[in-house]
Amino acid sequence: MFILKIFFRNALSHRLRTGLTILGITIAILAFGLLRTVAGLWHIGVERSLATRLVTRNAISLVFSLPISYYDRIRQVPGVKSVSYGNWFGGVYIDEKYFFANEAIEPQSFLELYPEFILSDDQKQAFIHDRKGCIVGKKLASRYGWKLGDQLILKGTIFPGQWEFVLRGIFRGAEKSTEERVLFFHWDYLNETLKKTVPRRADQVGFYIIGIDKPEQAAQVSQDVDRLFKNSLAETLTETEKAFQLGFASMTGAIMVAIQIVSYVVIVIIMAVVANTMAMTARERIGQYAIFKTMGFKGYHIAGMVFGESLLISITGCICGILLTFPAGHLFGDLLGDYLPSFEVKQSTIYMDLGFGVLVGIVAGIFPTVRAVKIRIADGLRRIG
Amino acid sequence: MDNSQPQHTVVSIEGVAKSYWRGGQVVPVLEDISLDIERGEFLALMGPSGSGKSTLLNLIAGIDSVDAGSIIVDGVNIVGLDESELADWRAAHVGFIFQFYNLIPVLTAFENVELPLLLTSLSRRERREHVQAALSVVSLQDRMDHYPSQLSGGQQQRVAIARAIVSDPSILVADEPTGDLDRISAGEILGLMGRLNSEFGKTIIMVTHDPRAAEKAHTIRYLEKGVMVDVHP
Repeated sequence: MFILKIFFRNALSHRLRTGLTILGITIAILAFGLLRTVAGLWHIGVERSLATRLVTRNAISLVFSLPISYYDRIRQVPGVKSVSYGNWFGGVYIDEKYFFANEAIEPQSFLELYPEFILSDDQKQAFIHDRKGCIVGKKLASRYGWKLGDQLILKGTIFPGQWEFVLRGIFRGAEKSTEERVLFFHWDYLNETLKKTVPRRADQVGFYIIGIDKPEQAAQVSQDVDRLFKNSLAETLTETEKAFQLGFASMTGAIMVAIQIVSYVVIVIIMAVVANTMAMTARERIGQYAIFKTMGFKGYHIAGMVFGESLLISITGCICGILLTFPAGHLFGDLLGDYLPSFEVKQSTIYMDLGFGVLVGIVAGIFPTVRAVKIRIADGLRRIG
Repeated sequence: MDNSQPQHTVVSIEGVAKSYWRGGQVVPVLEDISLDIERGEFLALMGPSGSGKSTLLNLIAGIDSVDAGSIIVDGVNIVGLDESELADWRAAHVGFIFQFYNLIPVLTAFENVELPLLLTSLSRRERREHVQAALSVVSLQDRMDHYPSQLSGGQQQRVAIARAIVSDPSILVADEPTGDLDRISAGEILGLMGRLNSEFGKTIIMVTHDPRAAEKAHTIRYLEKGVMVDVHP
C-alpha cells in the first residue's frame, strides 16, 4: 500500500514530464492499433472466403476472360453443386473519387452461392426479374442516399459507355466484415449490350464461381475443371476462394509487411522514450532511494517504487491509447470508407496493445530499477545537497 | 553476536580501517580507529574536511562497510552482517539526522515520520500514536499534514529528528545537522538534540564543523587524515 502511494505521488510530482510521457505512449498505442487494423484489412477478403467456393479464371491472368460456353461443361464436373459467373465491371459513379466495386453477375446462382448478402425475398425477385436492375450494399446506399427505384448511372471504364441501372434491392451483410460497399447487376445486361456495341467482347466472363458440398472436394474438383480445358485457347486456373483472395493480398503484401514493421518500430521508439524518462527519474531520485535504504527498506521495496512508477505511466498511456483507438478507428473508417472495408479494431489488437503497454513499462523500468537497487547508500547520500 | 561488551558501552570500535578507490588508486580514509561510546553519551566528531568523520559515522550506522576491524553496537558486531541483515539492524537500532534533512518530498510530515514504522509489525493506530508522540517531542503536531516544501529548514530538520526517534533506536547519528540552518534554527535543533540526550537518554553521535554545536556534546573527538587525535587539529 505504501509502495503504491509512493510511486503514485512520485509519478505526479513531475506532472508535465509524466503527462508528456503518457501522451507519447497514448499516441504510440493509438498508432499501433490503427496500423495493425489497417494491416489486418488486407486479409479481410481471405477471412470471409468460404471453403466450399472455388474460383475459376483464365490461367494466364485475371485480365483475360473465359468463354461463357464453359458454364455447362463445368456444371457437369462431378462434385460441382452450382456454378455462377461474372465480370469485374469497374464502372465509375459521377467521378473517380466516388469509387466502389461493381460487378456484373448471374443473379440467381450468385445469390445462392453468396448467402452472406442478405436480401428480402421481394427485393430479390424484383432484381432477378429486371434485367436493368441492380442491388447495392446497405453502406453504399446510405452513403449516396439511394432508395429503391432510383436510377443509377455508371460510366464504364473497361466497358465504355453510360450504363443505366434501376436500384431493386439493398442487401445487408451477414457478418460485420461482409462487404456492403458493392453494386451487382445482371451479366445478361452487360452481355446483350456488348453484343450490340462490341460483339467480339460478348459471351465472355471474367470468372466462374463454383459451389461444392465439402471442402475436401476442392482439390479434386479444381483439377477436374482445369483438366477439361487443358490445351484449349483459354486454359483455366481453379482454386479455392481463399487462395484466390490470398493471391490478391500477396500482390500488395510488401505494403502490409511495411505497415506491420512500422507498427512495431513505433513501440520500440516509445520503449526507448519511456526508458529514458525512467532513467532520468531514477537518477534524480537516487538520493531518495538511498534514504529509504538507510531507514531499512530493502531492494524489493525500491524495485517496487521504480517498477511501479514505470508500469503506472506506461499502462495509463496504454489505456488512454486503447480508449482513443475506437473513436479514431471510426473516424478513420469514415474518412477511408471508400477504400477500406469495415474498419473494425479487433480484440486481438487490444490484447497486443495491453501486452505492449506492460512490456514497455517492464523494459523501461529494468535499468533504473537495477541501478536504484544496487546504489551504495553512502554514494546515494552524496548526491543530495 | 558478541556479548563481551560492557553494559555501559553502546558502541565499541576496534582497529577499524577504511579506504576508497579514487582514480585507480587506493586512498586510505580511516586508519586503525578505536573508540568506545557510552550509553547516553553525546559525542561530537570534529575535524577538517576529508578527515574521515562522515565515513566513520557511516560505518557506525551500518551504511558502509569496513576494510578491517570490528564495530559492535548494542552487542552486535555489525561487520559480520550481510546487506539484508544490516537493513533490518539499521531499522531497529539507528536513527539518522542528515545535513539536508532528506525528507521525502512527496510525503507529508506525518508520513515521513511514519516511514521507519512501516517496517515494524505495529498496527495503523499504534503507528499513528507513535508518530504523534514523536512530532510532539519536536513541537510540530500542528504541521503534520504539511509537505516538506511547506516547512522552513528548521522545521524540516525537526521532522527529520522526529523520524529518527520514532522507532526508539539505540543510537542517533547526525551528520552536520545544523550545517544548512541559520543561527537561530541551528540553536533550536541543538537544544532539541540536547533534550533528547538529557531527557530521553538517547546516545547521539554527531559530526560537525561548528564548535558551537560541538559545545553541546559531552565528549569531542577529533579526526585528522583518518586518524583519531587527542587535540583539536
